[in-house]
Amino acid sequence: MEDITKTVETDEVVIKFVGDSGDGMQLIGTLLSETAAQVGNDIATFPDFPAEIRAPQNTVAGVSGFQVRFGSNKINTPGDFCDFLIAMNPASLKANLKWCKKGATIILNSDSFEEKAIAKAGYTSNPLEDNSLTNYNVIPVQMYKMSVDAVQHLNIDNKSIEKSKNIFALGMMYYLFSLPIEGTLSMFEKKFKKKPEIVELNKTLLKEGFNYADTIEAVNSKIYVPPAKVEKAKYRNITGNVAIAWGFLAASERSGRPLFLGSYPITPATEILMELAKHKNLGAKVLQAEDEIAGICSAIGASFTGSLALTTTSGPGLSLKSEAIGLAVMTELPLVIVDVQRAGPSTGLPTKSEQSDLYQALWGRNGECPVIIIAASTPSDCFYYAYMAAKLSMEHMTPVILLSEGYIGFGSQLFKIPKVADLPSIKPPIAKPNDPNFLPYNRDERLVRQWALPGTDGLRHRIGGLEKENGIGNVSIDPLNHELMVKYRTAKVEKVADYIPEQEVEGNTEGDLLVVSWGSTYGAVNAAVEQLKKEGKKISHAHFHYIMPLPKNTNNLLSKFKKIVVCELNAGQFVNYLRMKESEYKFEQYNKVQGLPFNTNELTEKFNQILSN
Amino acid sequence: MEENLTIERTNVALKKDDFVSDQMVKWCPGCGAHAILAAVENVFPKIGYRKENFLMVSGIGCSSRFPYYVNTYGFHGIHGRAHAIASGAKIANPRLSVWIATGDGDSMAIGGNHFIHLIRRNVDVNIMLFNNQIYGLTKGQYSPTTPMGTITKTSPYGTIEHPFNPGELVLGAQGTFFARVPDNNIKLMSESMMEAAKHDGTSVIEILQNCVIFADKTHEQITSKDLRDDNQIVLHHGEPMLFGTNKEKGIRLNGTRLEVVTIGEKGITLNDILIHDQYEKDPGIHLMLCKMSLPEFPVAIGVIRSASYPTYDDLMTESIEDARSNSKIKCVDDLLNSGDVFEIK
Repeated sequence: MEDITKTVETDEVVIKFVGDSGDGMQLIGTLLSETAAQVGNDIATFPDFPAEIRAPQNTVAGVSGFQVRFGSNKINTPGDFCDFLIAMNPASLKANLKWCKKGATIILNSDSFEEKAIAKAGYTSNPLEDNSLTNYNVIPVQMYKMSVDAVQHLNIDNKSIEKSKNIFALGMMYYLFSLPIEGTLSMFEKKFKKKPEIVELNKTLLKEGFNYADTIEAVNSKIYVPPAKVEKAKYRNITGNVAIAWGFLAASERSGRPLFLGSYPITPATEILMELAKHKNLGAKVLQAEDEIAGICSAIGASFTGSLALTTTSGPGLSLKSEAIGLAVMTELPLVIVDVQRAGPSTGLPTKSEQSDLYQALWGRNGECPVIIIAASTPSDCFYYAYMAAKLSMEHMTPVILLSEGYIGFGSQLFKIPKVADLPSIKPPIAKPNDPNFLPYNRDERLVRQWALPGTDGLRHRIGGLEKENGIGNVSIDPLNHELMVKYRTAKVEKVADYIPEQEVEGNTEGDLLVVSWGSTYGAVNAAVEQLKKEGKKISHAHFHYIMPLPKNTNNLLSKFKKIVVCELNAGQFVNYLRMKESEYKFEQYNKVQGLPFNTNELTEKFNQILSN
Repeated sequence: MEENLTIERTNVALKKDDFVSDQMVKWCPGCGAHAILAAVENVFPKIGYRKENFLMVSGIGCSSRFPYYVNTYGFHGIHGRAHAIASGAKIANPRLSVWIATGDGDSMAIGGNHFIHLIRRNVDVNIMLFNNQIYGLTKGQYSPTTPMGTITKTSPYGTIEHPFNPGELVLGAQGTFFARVPDNNIKLMSESMMEAAKHDGTSVIEILQNCVIFADKTHEQITSKDLRDDNQIVLHHGEPMLFGTNKEKGIRLNGTRLEVVTIGEKGITLNDILIHDQYEKDPGIHLMLCKMSLPEFPVAIGVIRSASYPTYDDLMTESIEDARSNSKIKCVDDLLNSGDVFEIK
């Protein structure tokens, strides 16, 4: 059949799939993202699902979504508002209309718009008939009926067809975005190898959806997003949580230290535990502990005996681990604590992202208790920062808190596959057997003590949570010794600044406004800064990954700007830390505490306002 | 990287001095902990492991100063968490002989959760539970094992809480090894420690320890010279359960309950007396033995249970070896390049 629909080229597109929790939105979202990535687009995705596993059908509470943005340029966020919304039922439309751009195309599964479901969604009238959608390009499709018709020759029960109508919708999308269907077709063959009838069902529905979109000329024009100018290399999609797990596996292999994870399931960090549990094939030892405290304490035990020791959690779990982090600080053992942050306090908004725990990471312990704090900013850089957290922890014999966020942990992105041999080397300071000069708390020029592993000849020693005598390591309550040890522990962590990269500024290194951010907000903040730069504003961006210690050039780079604004998804935690550390500067702040990411518009508005004052 | 699971054995004879640390022992004179330290110094050289392969872990409390007083690798943790720390240490390095020194506050109260889960998993570590029925280090508050009605600093009108029986808790958590010993019987304590060391899985030794300052003579009814023959029954595997000055009394099973009987009375003979089987997997009789209490019964002493089940650390190592040999992914580069990888040219 000749394709007569014209094709329009565009730089990027944001698509959101929404439906009931069981409608398979995550699956088709993932499949479309992978296909877009494979044809060379840069991508970012974000799944948006409720805390409940299967909330009542057809209710707003049960809506599950998956947003993908792909384009020809560097894509840093999944996008604020969508160009295309695919809604499988009235409730998902109701919950997501506010995320559609004006004039967006909305493809609806019209079979589901019957009286009961419309009422359950909280509509008082049918949105397909009451003119409430006139500002959008609405395409109603009888997805279920079309699916049943398409596969009637296959003798498959209606329930299975009902569950697979998402694939019909996916087929339509492939047509609309000029994406090839072959990769997904062969994926079905691989995935359902043992169920030929399911392979046939899915293949048929994908093709029929594709053809249907062509036949009905649903849109005036197909869309083509040319490949991005990404570096020639091998790539894969990766979520932040999986990237963290893999970064640790790489650090374990490179350092020769076996990996031990002690952890307790908690949203949104659990996927790291699940991912590492898969990798017994690489020797990873994973203990699903009885609670958060046992998670970290078992990791401390494993660290004492020579493992790359890890524990993973989210805000409430970090609270429970506080005392044990202090123990690891006192015993000066390596340990990485991953906090995939969520909106707090208390149980808060478990599935919503927030930069909630910087204060807790910095100060949430008794005594003078410094640790290294690193923050990842994108799903793919989670790999690198997990690796660096492990490296710095082992090389400097100190706990590290690695901050991620639900938004990064669940989100996925194109990941350029590294070679383990190309990663920086990791050299833990392991004490040699029978070293006559060994003392548990002797320090090298970096103020780092040695890692003396039980089982080694001639190094028997005792450590613990009581204050230690400098060098010798015996328990000491001597006042001056305590003060000295407090200073050593602090100075040891501050000295790490000599071993981390200097802070980069994107844009001119001087100007009217420096925008400072950290964590998951990189994409949105950077897009806003770039937009104002194009408009001729003297604005630059510094996105921090190393929080404690701050990079050595921080003071200097701040001094080159007339104004500084710090943007965070909390009430102002990093900005207050900077006010304390770099007190000669005046910091303005922009904050949002809604469990939602920044959008570019609100940022440009704020930056313009600061610039014009 | 085949993992060597067995704890390396020493090729030189070790002696007590190999385990004596240079630290001043700061327990109160007359404290039962001194006897426990003496037993450890007596037993460790005889177990046969290299001295570098011992790891002593503790939490918080008088008992938990123990690692400083014995010359091994040692880790003095935080309150209640010794079990979790020791679990991680043993799972990470199965070649260590891991011992926990802990008390009734540390293990039964703040660390109760870790205590039962360590036992449930059957990680191969040895727990020395110093049960003095009081909080000593914080100066005399009641503990989860303090007898009902006891007056302490936090129960000036007497406690109104039912105490734990540690043996019952251990068996309830599917414990595979439980022994109970008085602190004034170093020989029996040493024998029980040796058996604990040999047992594969979590071993719990409850030591009836005297606190001379805050709970003096708390175990007096069981441990005193005058009363012990009648109030203790020392269990030995394969031997009849007899006690009394002349071993004239014994324990028999009457219906579904245990019963104290006297040989020669009411037609009772030695054949009626239960034979102790510490290796029996069914914990039924073991539980009844743990629960025997004064005045109806003598208190059971010695190794009550030593049942053989797979250990967590062995299962972990086996499943890692399985996964390694059955996986195509041999290194992290393999992992990074597995699955849906595509090349952009």
